[in-house]
Amino acid sequence: MDILFVSLALLVGGGFLSLALGWSSKLSRLAGMWSGVAGGVVGLWACIDLVRAGASQTFAIPWPTAGITIALHVDTLALFFLAPIFLLTLACAVYATSYLHATTRGGQYAYHWFFFNLLAASMALVVIAANGLFFLVAWEIMALSSFFLVTYDYANEEVRRAGWLYLIATHCGTVFLFMFFLLCAGQCGSFDFVAFTALKTLPQTMTMLLFGLALIGFGTKAGLFPLHVWLPDAHPAAPSHVSALMSGVMIKTGIYGIMRMLTWLAPLPAWGGAVIFTLGIIGALFGIAMAAGQTDIKRSLAFSSVENIGIIFLGIGVSLFASAIGQPAIAVLAMTGAMLHIWNHALFKGLLFLGAGSLIHATTTRELSLMGGLLRRMPITGSLVIAGSLAICALPPLNGFVSEWFIYLGLLKMGQVSSGSIALLAMLLVVFLALVGGLVLITFSRLVGIALLGEPRCPEAASAHEAHWTMLTPMAVLMACCLLFGLYPALVLRTVSRVVDLLLPGSHLAAAVGQGEPLSSMGRLATLLLVCITTLVMLRWQRAAKVRRMPTWGCGFPLVNTRMAYTAGGYAELAQRSLLCVCLQPKVAIAPPVGLFPQASRLTMAAHDLMFSRFFQPLFRHVADRAITCRGLQAGLLHIYILYIFIATALLLGLVLLPL
Amino acid sequence: MDFQAIINGILLFVLLLNLFILGTSRLGTCIKMVSLQGALLALLPVLMHGTPYHALILSASALLLKGALIPWLLFRAIREVRIRREITPRIGFIATLLLGALTTAAAFIFSGQLPLLPEHQHSLIIPGSLATLCAGALLLITRSTAITQVLGYLMFENGIFIFGMLFIKAMPLMIEAGVLLDMLVAIFVMGIVMNHINREFSSINTEQLSQLKE
Repeated sequence: MDILFVSLALLVGGGFLSLALGWSSKLSRLAGMWSGVAGGVVGLWACIDLVRAGASQTFAIPWPTAGITIALHVDTLALFFLAPIFLLTLACAVYATSYLHATTRGGQYAYHWFFFNLLAASMALVVIAANGLFFLVAWEIMALSSFFLVTYDYANEEVRRAGWLYLIATHCGTVFLFMFFLLCAGQCGSFDFVAFTALKTLPQTMTMLLFGLALIGFGTKAGLFPLHVWLPDAHPAAPSHVSALMSGVMIKTGIYGIMRMLTWLAPLPAWGGAVIFTLGIIGALFGIAMAAGQTDIKRSLAFSSVENIGIIFLGIGVSLFASAIGQPAIAVLAMTGAMLHIWNHALFKGLLFLGAGSLIHATTTRELSLMGGLLRRMPITGSLVIAGSLAICALPPLNGFVSEWFIYLGLLKMGQVSSGSIALLAMLLVVFLALVGGLVLITFSRLVGIALLGEPRCPEAASAHEAHWTMLTPMAVLMACCLLFGLYPALVLRTVSRVVDLLLPGSHLAAAVGQGEPLSSMGRLATLLLVCITTLVMLRWQRAAKVRRMPTWGCGFPLVNTRMAYTAGGYAELAQRSLLCVCLQPKVAIAPPVGLFPQASRLTMAAHDLMFSRFFQPLFRHVADRAITCRGLQAGLLHIYILYIFIATALLLGLVLLPL
Repeated sequence: MDFQAIINGILLFVLLLNLFILGTSRLGTCIKMVSLQGALLALLPVLMHGTPYHALILSASALLLKGALIPWLLFRAIREVRIRREITPRIGFIATLLLGALTTAAAFIFSGQLPLLPEHQHSLIIPGSLATLCAGALLLITRSTAITQVLGYLMFENGIFIFGMLFIKAMPLMIEAGVLLDMLVAIFVMGIVMNHINREFSSINTEQLSQLKE
């Protein structure tokens, strides 16, 4: 625990130091970066130390004046989330040194590093807080510091808009969390998480109310399906390492909240689980369908985060459903898959965002259709991006496969052991999950194919250069972790099974999952596969010397240029036409060629988020129209405001005192 | 006790001063009356709790600040902005006076309902403090020049000061000292703000300061 405090102190202290050294951009950058790196390293060390120590540890300072207790509690669940937080903080801090150096003006370093370190520290505090009010304080610091990181490039109108959307969304979510914690504290008589065990005895309606509040509140941060609208705007707006940190671990704190809530409440009825997995699978399908239509590389990755969060929620939902219908073995499988996917997504999405950042850094554009030919110009970055794409497509021997395999296994088992509508449901979920898998493959083969292969489509892409080693190393480390988890899943399963034991008490099956025969053989098969791939690649390299370089065959056209190549939009079109319903297909506007000697014709495609434009925008506009009548209260006169305060105080005083 | 009668006498006088301040339009007189009120109230700690050092310190500092320093600052301020009278109150003087009388009566009724300790049951401290608070708030709400706003805050502080007499043994000196210091700083700031408003708009009427409401 002490080491963890050292890490937090390093992060917070370094942040303030960076702010204090704001007059010199070089010094503040050094202070911010090294404190971020040191905080990350010490934090990881603390995690290892706490895992060794085993038992959960608590720490509390009451602060009666403020009415809260600064209570911290590190248990298996908190540790499970702490480890990726510190790992990604470390990776992103190293990455940012060269990334920021090139992209921005001086003077902003101080703010950036201050908020970066604050975000890292507040995320760690969120997962170890053990008091409702303290949790909310940490949660709010996390939301605000990430808002300032998203709006780093605030001179840009689009970035400011994305920032506001994020700020509004996160605060709407926080309102529900306030209600949740106030209700909990009202029922238990204390804000301390220790007292929340009393929630187990609540009547079911109250349990479901609390469940709903927490699902909305935490779901907004996590990017759960209809509440994900802020995510696809915020990630492209933020600097890439911030996107990696936010998508990799910050949105996972929402999932942490839901997990923590599940440990307090009484076991949910089956339909509670059904709500979660329905939202999860819809989110996964919707997210990946949108991701396949985006031509902005980071927007595509952001929608893919919605998809992965959907898969995680699918796992959680299936697990809750299964334990409610009395199938603990299936519950354990699905929950193991969901928990593993949390780590896996943090690793490969972190890697992909950092990789996308390097590509953007080299080509100065986020537009996929302007990149191209980058694998030859940036071989290491390109290979790392390909590796990350393989992992996110859940292909062996990388880690994405392991977690999705567990979820599939849970669903298939459910189809086997149950009958009737439940079996049908399970099989339908399998089909949908497979459809999601197919679309992921299209999305990422498109990303790799368009951005990395072919010929460059803009002069910047043609003159792209390999990224600096400080940008490559963090990506390589994340890639190594992906490979390690894919090859030796048993390594992480021990930790995961402890968490699953905490979440599904009484089943005691979690430990058995890690030792099952299929898993160890899977590791062996994955290793074998890796050896085969490596051998093939080596053979290709040996033969590559004999390959002649010739221009691309242009079907007999004499003037072949890059505008004739497949675009990002064109690549995904077939799949979108044949697989997706009309409402999810991108809007296409065509000005076709007319007449015998046609002039320039054009085609534009735009994939907009329907939930945002059809649901949230009209909703908020409606509310704003109603709320405008309250504007009369805003007189602009000091006297009137003082009168308001006076009346409110007098009323509150009367309310508190007179019933006595 | 003799002192009890003196304390009640002082508080009665303070209540009368409240009404007087609400009814007058001359700024100079207002400042004098508020500082007189502050100076009288500064006697309370010693009268109520004898002469332990911390009642003495409190009395002395309150007398110095409210009886001398703050009035001096305020007089300097009105000399610089050359303003003598409150000309356009939002609610007329007579109406304010009546409201003041009403709130005073309400304060007495309200404190009659409170579950007080027996030794505070018949003292004027609670109703006096509530009435002064209300009078301060009325001054803040109804007047438009910045200087009467300052006076409103001062009366507000006087009300809190009276209330604080009940807890003087429990309340650390630090808190009272903090409140007094806050007041002094607030008056300084208000003085500077007033000068700036005056220079910018050639008036210290705060009603004109509503352009920033968006």
